[in-house]
Order: sequence, then C-alpha cells, then structure tokens
Amino acid sequence: MNLLWLALSIIGAILGLLLSAKAQDQGMMIHGMIFAAAAVLAAYALISRHYGAAKSVITETGGVNYNTDIVKAGVIASTFWGIVGFLVGVVIAFQLAFPVLNLDLQWTSFGRLRPLHTSAVIFAFGGNILLATSFHVVQRTCRARLAGDISPWFVFWGYQLFIVLAATGYVLGITQSKEYAEPEWYVDLWLTAVWVVYLLVFLATLWKRQEKHIYVANWFYLAFIVTVAMLHIVNNLSMPVSLTGAKSYSLFAGVQDALTQWWYGHNAVGFFLTAGFLGIMYYFIPKRVNRPVYSYRLSIIHFWALIFLYIWAGPHHLHYTALPDWSQTLGMTFSIMLWMPSWGGMINGLMTLSGAWDKLRTDPVVRFLVTSVAFYGMSTFEGPLMSIKAVNALSHYTDWTIGHVHSGALGWVAYVSFGALYFLVPVLWNRKSLYSDKLVNLHFWVSTIGILLYITAMWVSGILQGLMWRAYDAFGFLEYSFSESVEAMYPFYVIRALGGVLFLVGSLIMAYNLWKTARGDVRQSETNNLVVNAEYAVGS
Amino acid sequence: MSFHDASVFAQTYGLVYLFVLFLIVVAYALWPRNKDKFDHAANIPLKEGDDVQN
Repeated sequence: MNLLWLALSIIGAILGLLLSAKAQDQGMMIHGMIFAAAAVLAAYALISRHYGAAKSVITETGGVNYNTDIVKAGVIASTFWGIVGFLVGVVIAFQLAFPVLNLDLQWTSFGRLRPLHTSAVIFAFGGNILLATSFHVVQRTCRARLAGDISPWFVFWGYQLFIVLAATGYVLGITQSKEYAEPEWYVDLWLTAVWVVYLLVFLATLWKRQEKHIYVANWFYLAFIVTVAMLHIVNNLSMPVSLTGAKSYSLFAGVQDALTQWWYGHNAVGFFLTAGFLGIMYYFIPKRVNRPVYSYRLSIIHFWALIFLYIWAGPHHLHYTALPDWSQTLGMTFSIMLWMPSWGGMINGLMTLSGAWDKLRTDPVVRFLVTSVAFYGMSTFEGPLMSIKAVNALSHYTDWTIGHVHSGALGWVAYVSFGALYFLVPVLWNRKSLYSDKLVNLHFWVSTIGILLYITAMWVSGILQGLMWRAYDAFGFLEYSFSESVEAMYPFYVIRALGGVLFLVGSLIMAYNLWKTARGDVRQSETNNLVVNAEYAVGS
Repeated sequence: MSFHDASVFAQTYGLVYLFVLFLIVVAYALWPRNKDKFDHAANIPLKEGDDVQN
C-alpha cells in the first residue's frame, strides 16, 4: 500500500510540473507548481514514515487503539483556518465601510477577497472541524479504530491542498463565478478524489464497528459526506477550455444554471453547515453534560425529515427571477416545512440538558454548545420566514440576508465548533482540564457581543436598504438613487466591522487557551475550580 | 417530460410515495418494540469505557 501511495505522489509531482510547464495562463502555472511541491512533500513524508521508528501501540479506555493523531491535526487546522477566515472577514467588512482599503490592487479587491473569506470560514474552518469531529465520533461511537493507515492522512492533507489551491486561485482571479463553488475544474476534480476517499474511510470504519447500532451522529455525518459529493459533482460539471488552462465553461446555461447553482448552494447550507454540525451536536452535547440525548426517537424523525425536506428548498434563492413560478413556490413551501425538523432538532438538543441546567452556569463550554443550539433555532426560524415571497421581496439582495447567514454561521456553526474544540483538546492531549475556564467565558462574552453587533447592524441596514429601494414619490419615480442607499449603510458597516473584530479577538483567546491546554499548563488562579475532563486517564 | 406531467406525478404517486416513506420513518421510530434498542443507542457516547454490548 505504501508503494502505491508513493507511486501516486510521484505521478502527481510529474503531472504538476507538466501542467506548470505547459500552462496557458499564470494561474495554472502557479497551481501546477503548488501541486508538484505538495506531491514531493507527500513522497518525502511517506519515505520518512517508512524508515521512521515504529510507533508503540497505546491501549486506551475501552481497549481500542483510536487514531487520535488525525483528530489532533484536524483540531489544529480548523483553529488556524478559523482565525485566517475571521481575519479576512474583518478586512472585507472594513473595505465595505472604507473603500480605500481595497488598496487599488486587483489581488486585494473586495471581489477577490470575499470568496477567500467565505471559503476560508465554510470549507477551511468548518470543513476541518467536520473532518476532525467525524473521525473522532465515528471511532468512539463504533468502538473501532479509524479504517486505513495512509488514507485518512491523504484525506486530511489532500483537503488542505484543496484549500490552498482554492484560496490562491481567488487572489489570482481564478473563479468559475459560482457562489461557494468558485474553484475551477481541476481543483474540483482534486476535491472529488479527496472526498471519495473520505467517504470510503468513513464507511470502512462503520463497517468494522463493534457496536451493533450506528449512533445517530454518524447518520448526520454520512448524509453530509454523501450529499456534498453529489452536489459538488453535479454543480461543477463543466468543460475546460484547455487541459492546461484554468478556464472552463459550465455545462448548464441560463435559468438551469441558476437553479443548479442554488440547489447546490442551499444544500451546502443544509448538508455542510447543518447536517454535519448536527452530528457534532448529537455527540458533543450529550458528552459534555453527561446525559443521553433527550429523545433518540425524535432524533430519527429529525434526521429523515431534515434530509428529505432540505434538498427541495434551493429555489427560494431565485424568487422573482426567470425561474418558473411553481418552482419558486415549491422552494418556499419546503423551506417553511423545514421549520418542523429544525425546531424538533433544536428542542432535542436543548432538552438534553433537562436536569443538568446548572451546567450552563458552571461550565462555560456548555454555554457555547447551548447558545449554538439557540442560534440554530433562531436562524432556522428566520430562514423560512425570509423564503416567503412577500418577505423576500423586501429582504432579497439586502444586508438582511448577510445578517441571517451570519447568525447561523457565527452563532450556530462557529459556536458548536468552539464547544467541540474546547471539549476535544483536553481529551486528545489527555489533560485533566482546559488551561482556563475563565478565558472560555471571556471568549464567550466577547464573541457574543460581536455577533449581536453584527446581526443587529445587518438587520437594520438590510431593512433600510429594502425600504429605500422600493420607495416611490408622488409621481411614481424612485425616491432614492442606489448610491444614496449605499451612503446610508455607512454607520452599519462600521458597527458590523467592529462586531467582526470582537469575534476575531474571541477566536484568538480560544487559540491561546487551546495551545496552553495542549502543552499541559493550568492557570494557577483557577487550579481548583476547573471543569474536569471526564475522559482523563492517569498514566496512559 | 412537460411541467404538466411532472405536476401530475408530484401530486399523485410522488405525494403518496414520500408520505408513505415518512410514515415508515415515524412507525420505525415509535414502534414500542424498538424502545430498548433506542435506549441503548442513546447511551452509546456515554459508556465508551464499558464493555461492548452487541
């Protein structure tokens, strides 16, 4: 097996060099070189691993030798990419308030940095969290070591290579202009290869499980992996102009292209940012509060209802467009029906705390997890509301949408991820507790104020925009020019950027706390009051 | 397939198919005999150190 991977990396290096040498454009030249360099590094890692000292087998609780190294790598990567993504978000928020910060350079213009921000937070931060937690949860709940030896590492490093290729491409101006699917055809092909191996590693681990029943968190992870594969492949079907050039043309055109894109886009929300993170909720909340999930039966209905309904909701992104009316109404109807599974899941997560609500006061990590579920409930209430055509007439193309996305992304996705990270680091590095619970608390309040500044600013500015755009005067003329509405946004853009700064500061506090925890430090003033890691094993 | 065909299918067989699937899911989740299985499953994350029950 080792030799096969080695052969593949040598082929990859040659392919990268060829692409670079024959490149039609600067982007492909640079990307060919990055690919070749990554392949050479992979070959070096494989060879040194072969000649390196054989690792001693460590037996852990339960007698299974879990693969914790891969989860550690995912934890580090997601913390790193999270900070990068939040930082770029702060930069572009300030660019909107102060356009001079575009620096008059093509590489740093808002249009190129915005996909850098969205991909960094969704795919780099969120994706690495999902890799790390899915690999942790599937091992623990199946009581089986992660399948494969090198394959999981191919998934991890292959995914990081995808992120680097995507990010450098955006800055260089390579894009296929599909929101959340900007990378061009060759990066899409690479991600497909990585994703198929991810699916196989996950399935093979389920296959060798020692626990008869597959725990519900794994169902959500599996739905996330399978559906993202399907969405990614269909939405990115395209024809490259040249095999050595970056540019390609989509297989779809016009309204079909728009519908395919939003079928992809909305299900990226539904299956990447929801199903995957619900997997986190269904494992980490019961673990942290040490109680089984409120209703396992509800979790089954939650799962099937959610995945059956979400897949139809995409057309609500295309209200009042060339899309036929009936499919707009279909998208709206399914979005409204989503209220039920979403709130069912929220209630299931929150009620898991019944009888243990005191932990909300004593354990700041529980505070992150519970607040994330509350934000999940809030943004899944707001989403269907905005999909109603009459509401959408006001909200569409305004900052209200941006505010809605961020209440879900910051409040739900990031908070449940932070909770999982704070839980995982003491477990993986086998520490008795976190370095400091007070810093977790500080992180919580700093970033919560940041989120509130962000979403309230965007609500006000979004509704203001919508009302200004639809205002008519007595003669039937538009009352405001577009630039007048842009001018009116200025104070809200400043408030939003400040909210983003607070969120970024919070994530830096977390990175410091996690780093100290991994090193084994404990803050002296809190030694006796820290929440103890229940999985801490002395002497192993 | 025209819009008319698609809507006729969606409002008849498609509707029945999806609704029956939903009923199967609800029946599976609420079936009294599955209670023990689900009670056991709900505790999977909490007893990682214990012996495995098959």
